Amino acid sequence: MSNNADFRICPDTGFKIHLPADKLIKWNAVTAVVFLLVGGIFGLGVALTRWPAVHLLPADWFYLALTAHGFDVLLVWMIFFEMAILYFAGAVLLGSRLAAPKVAWVGYWMMLGGALITNIAVLRGDSSVMFTSYVPMQAAPDFYLGIIIFAVGALLGCFVFFGTLVIAKQEKTYEGSVPLVTFGAITAAIIAVFTIATGAIILIPTLLWSVGYVGHIDSVMYKVVWWAMGHSSQQINVAAHIAVWYALAAILFGAKPLSEKVSRMAFLLYILFLQLASAHHLLVEPGLSSEFKIFNTSYAIYLAVLASMIHGLTVPGSVEAAQRKKGFTNGLFEWLRKAPWGNPSFSGFALSLVMFGFLGGISGVMMGTEQLNIITHNTMYVPGHFHGTVVVGSTLAFMALAYWLVPVLWQRELVFPGLAKWQPYLFGIGMGLASVFMMGAGTLGVPRRHWDMSFADATMPYDFPGAAHLMMGLNGIAALIGGIGGTIFILNMVGTILWGKPKSKAAAEPEKPAAPAQPTVVSGYGSAGTMAVPGTFTLAMVFLVAFVLYYFVNWKYLAGVWGLS
Amino acid sequence: MAIFPPAQRIWWKEPIERSEILWITIALVWSLILFFMMPYWHLVGEQNLSNEAYRIKPDVFAERTEAMADKYTVREEGDTGTPVVHPPAGGDIYMLARLWEWWPVLELEKDQTYRLHLSSVDWVHGFSLLPENINIQVHPEYEMVITVTPNRAGEYSVVCNEFCGIGHHTMVGKIYVVDK
Repeated sequence: MSNNADFRICPDTGFKIHLPADKLIKWNAVTAVVFLLVGGIFGLGVALTRWPAVHLLPADWFYLALTAHGFDVLLVWMIFFEMAILYFAGAVLLGSRLAAPKVAWVGYWMMLGGALITNIAVLRGDSSVMFTSYVPMQAAPDFYLGIIIFAVGALLGCFVFFGTLVIAKQEKTYEGSVPLVTFGAITAAIIAVFTIATGAIILIPTLLWSVGYVGHIDSVMYKVVWWAMGHSSQQINVAAHIAVWYALAAILFGAKPLSEKVSRMAFLLYILFLQLASAHHLLVEPGLSSEFKIFNTSYAIYLAVLASMIHGLTVPGSVEAAQRKKGFTNGLFEWLRKAPWGNPSFSGFALSLVMFGFLGGISGVMMGTEQLNIITHNTMYVPGHFHGTVVVGSTLAFMALAYWLVPVLWQRELVFPGLAKWQPYLFGIGMGLASVFMMGAGTLGVPRRHWDMSFADATMPYDFPGAAHLMMGLNGIAALIGGIGGTIFILNMVGTILWGKPKSKAAAEPEKPAAPAQPTVVSGYGSAGTMAVPGTFTLAMVFLVAFVLYYFVNWKYLAGVWGLS
Repeated sequence: MAIFPPAQRIWWKEPIERSEILWITIALVWSLILFFMMPYWHLVGEQNLSNEAYRIKPDVFAERTEAMADKYTVREEGDTGTPVVHPPAGGDIYMLARLWEWWPVLELEKDQTYRLHLSSVDWVHGFSLLPENINIQVHPEYEMVITVTPNRAGEYSVVCNEFCGIGHHTMVGKIYVVDK
């Protein structure tokens, strides 16, 4: 089967890396970054068109760009990078060989082929149906076909990951339980299987409908099933980026989870409840009962939100515990002040954690409330929310990981370390502000997926207040700043891979953890002894207060509108 | 560390740190509050979407809308050719979505209650009442009935906020609310 010749030992980390896994991680990560570039360019086109003073693209190009933007970054960039994470968390962290690398390659090429087919369909101009492609609006058959092929490829990747877990267990490449990061990756992969299965249930009939074999697809039923895929696919991202947070805390600080039990339980709650939430998108829909909406939109009784709030404490808590152990014990926040803010892996991680909670998390719960959805549904508030989750949450976390992973895997120095220092701030704060301005425009009722908020061609135009135009202008500026940050990231990654100076062995940074040959029995947990985390707890309470206030302020808004019953 | 197997093999018997327990308790209580706010608002709140919806053929819905317009049209909206309909207070009112208009323009009375019927005759549309910011999804073959009570007089617009093709951004309708 495999022998030691198929492995290399990573000089930085001591990890035993299976060469086929190494290659697959690299190709998936690079492909992901390429699609981030493509999707990012489309996104910039969208933001600049929605900036009323610029209004860059003509209407047909705008709707085309918006469809491509959603598909390329929301799906393709994310899933390719997550494949890299799965292979990393499976083969590398467990020191195992990868199961069936050939199948993994078939999966890779199917994903790439599918992504290209759908992109071509969109660029042709006859499939500008948005990423969600609500029926009875119809795209060309290859639009759906590409997504299906892409999804099947991703499914193969998940199976390779599961197979790797089995092999690692059988060949006893690790002792005891899998690492927490791998556990998080397993969570992501399980949600991915559910997601892809639901995707097949809805997209295959839709494909058949688009070629004429199926006569009719019910538009409400389509949305119910489509969002069981659409929302769950974002939960893959959440599970994956939280696994990445734990990984970065360990890599940067040698942090141990405060409690393995709590963190794993929180992931388990994701598996059990996070795939609900199809109803987040159906709260103002006809034909569905309030009982279904309330149960589904709240993940039973907000058990997945509970899980996220737990991770929100335990991830920074593990960092605080590790820092305090190193002697940063003054006051509540010395551990945070003395953190490596100039290291893009840390600053990206920290910004991702804070903004995912404050921007993406709070807004998501607010607009996912049955009645509150009435005042946010399909307004700019919605993209505001998910740029707070997928962009400043997941994407920024993945970027932070890439700053560590790419130099380690390729054994090259970063080409622009000076620029890299600023990159997470530019991208994170730029896109964070974009998210805030979009939400602001949404509370004024500005519709999403809309080419012209001045309604110049409408027979009875609506006049938005000046503040709404201002918000969309500021959103354009913020997106430009974020775009500069994104460009620096891509330049750094591509540059490092192509022209980076090979790392000299001596240059390996000492802060990188060395993998113990045997899992050593160290002193236990981050909180062992008196290692309390008062700083993190204070921050968590600040978060809670913001959450409660913002939530009830929106009920107050709702109480003022027309009576509806 | 999170990237290595747990140091203690029997990790599930480890004690949980106090601040973690406290935070989990707080978060659980907050989750319950978040949950019960929704049924609570159904009981005491005045903004709940009804569960009343019917399957309907698009032409039937169009007929009913036209019948209302034939009966209660009071004038025309500018030179748009769209009628302004002033139906009797307390009755059934219809607004039809199609590529790319909301039809007809409605004139309602303040603090009166109406049964608003919404449906589409072609694709999915989004009923967005501005500046109230009330947003409701409109599907073909589904007729949603919502009891509405306008609480301020004025001129309102209905913008489509579900993408419905190349003319989507021109799809704007109107509702007037007048004092009795």
